[in-house]
Amino acid sequence: MNNKVRNNKAWWLILPMLLLVAFSAIIPLMTVVNYSVQDVFDAQTRYFTGTEWFVQMLNDPTLQSALGRQFAFSLTILAIEVPLGIGIALLMPKKGWQASAILILVTLPLLIPWNVVGSIWQIFTRGDIGLMGWSLRELGYSYNITRSPLDAWITIVIMDVWHWTPLIALLCYSGLRAIPEAYYQAARIDRASRWAIFRYIQLPKLTNVLVIGILLRFMHSFMIYAEPFVLTGGGPGSSTTFLSQALAIMATAQFDVGPSAAFSLIYFLIILLVSWVFYTAIMNMQKDKKDGGA
Amino acid sequence: MNDSTRSATQAVPGQVTVEGQAKPVQATIQSQAKPVIKVAKRPSHTRSRVLMMVYIVFVMLPIYWLLNMSFQTNSEILGELTFWPQDFTLENYANIFSDANWYMGYVNSITYVLMNMLISIMVALPAAYAFSRYQFIGDKHLFFWLLTNLMAPPAVFLLPYFQLYYTVGLFDTHIAVALAHCLFNIPLAVWILEGFMSSVPKEIDETAFIDGYSFPKFFVKIFIPMIRSGIGVTLFFLFMFSWVELLLARTLTSTNAQPIASVMTRTSTASGIDWGTLAAAGVLTILPGIVVVYFVRNHIAKGFALGRT
Repeated sequence: MNNKVRNNKAWWLILPMLLLVAFSAIIPLMTVVNYSVQDVFDAQTRYFTGTEWFVQMLNDPTLQSALGRQFAFSLTILAIEVPLGIGIALLMPKKGWQASAILILVTLPLLIPWNVVGSIWQIFTRGDIGLMGWSLRELGYSYNITRSPLDAWITIVIMDVWHWTPLIALLCYSGLRAIPEAYYQAARIDRASRWAIFRYIQLPKLTNVLVIGILLRFMHSFMIYAEPFVLTGGGPGSSTTFLSQALAIMATAQFDVGPSAAFSLIYFLIILLVSWVFYTAIMNMQKDKKDGGA
Repeated sequence: MNDSTRSATQAVPGQVTVEGQAKPVQATIQSQAKPVIKVAKRPSHTRSRVLMMVYIVFVMLPIYWLLNMSFQTNSEILGELTFWPQDFTLENYANIFSDANWYMGYVNSITYVLMNMLISIMVALPAAYAFSRYQFIGDKHLFFWLLTNLMAPPAVFLLPYFQLYYTVGLFDTHIAVALAHCLFNIPLAVWILEGFMSSVPKEIDETAFIDGYSFPKFFVKIFIPMIRSGIGVTLFFLFMFSWVELLLARTLTSTNAQPIASVMTRTSTASGIDWGTLAAAGVLTILPGIVVVYFVRNHIAKGFALGRT
């Protein structure tokens, strides 16, 4: 970090980017802040409410339960996707045409529009026309995601695992490719077990990419919207209504601008807090690495 | 032979060996190592292949089912469950390619994705260079602020976005969606490129400047070719996140720039859902992704770690 040149003219290089992102980020954010402290009746009539909406939102039971579900969901998929992704990365072949073919197949789910992912799983899991729903029924399990909250939950988790495990797998795969062959040779000479090779050679090399992967996965799972919206519509009841959808319902269907703006800010702050923790972790890790190398 | 087996048992960890014995023990292990590993490797090799196949089947099953349905007529879909089209038809695809509303959805989506990729990479390249090479007032805070935009849930910004783009007269244009997607794509591009640029030694810049290159000439002629694969990977990610996003794209458009993902909602009508066309449209949204991933397949292995291994 210290070998960078101190030069404030670098701001000129940043400026175009800054203007564009500010246009897309700061103006809308300020609008949200503006709404969150007012009670808007129509274009002319509005009252300043201060922190009223924030207090109301924090005490709102539907939002509290949506928040709880959101955390449960994010933690569940992280607990499944991270080990599974590492496992797949270890299994993927390193050379030859199979490597390319498997790479393309594994990447495929990442490049499908999110609502199409929802449609694919909707088609796949329907009891009458879907392969999975039909098979489960033939096996004697009364599978129904529109009736049973448990079925809906499990299906959404499986869908997310299907959709996003490739990201972790590819990150780890590229992390593994960066390990020099000499390390493995040394391990072979020491007669290290498969587990020891993983624990002391592969895993340390993977920490960097894993932190990135976990950060990206946490963020995206925390704003999941399109897939459950298409698959279950948030139901049955509100058992699969996650934060984004609860927010969208409030903002567009009920048109409660003030409360939903307050809710948006709370939502944003939670993500910000978690991201800050991750960011600090990444920065500290990079610093440790530099100090250790020097 | 007897001797070698004895020393092998002595090499079990935890057992104390006499100093003098240590060397021959290691020698025997080395000579034995190869056959031992080869024998142990074969079953685990087949096992890992089988496990890999299981995962690939898991990935492909839903896609196979989508493909299967896209070639069936609606009466076959709703009738008895069939594992491959009994009555193979291209009618669903013909529906899409003969209706301007449908195929324009694809054109619109690809248009704003390409616009977004171009804008994002153009402004992200100099910015990433600044972050990787210079120290300046507020650089760390700025970088964190950028990353927070990557994390901003689109649902938070829906209403303000609609109002903002409506006010500036960009509503229902391709550029509106392209600009909106800059919210998360520019920070992502800066983040990825910064990693790649930092792995290029600084001495190259200095040498070029001593040789009399101006900054723009150095940047275009020397620096950009050096991080080619990084730019390729960045473009891949930009494509990916702009292509798959729906919420903002749908909110900012109505008819002229409607993305394919939102056209797809037309398949559910009063008379029920047109499953065949929905499946065919879904298959067609997967194809551009396959094309893009095919082109970057050789860079993925290295580049996916975003230059941070």
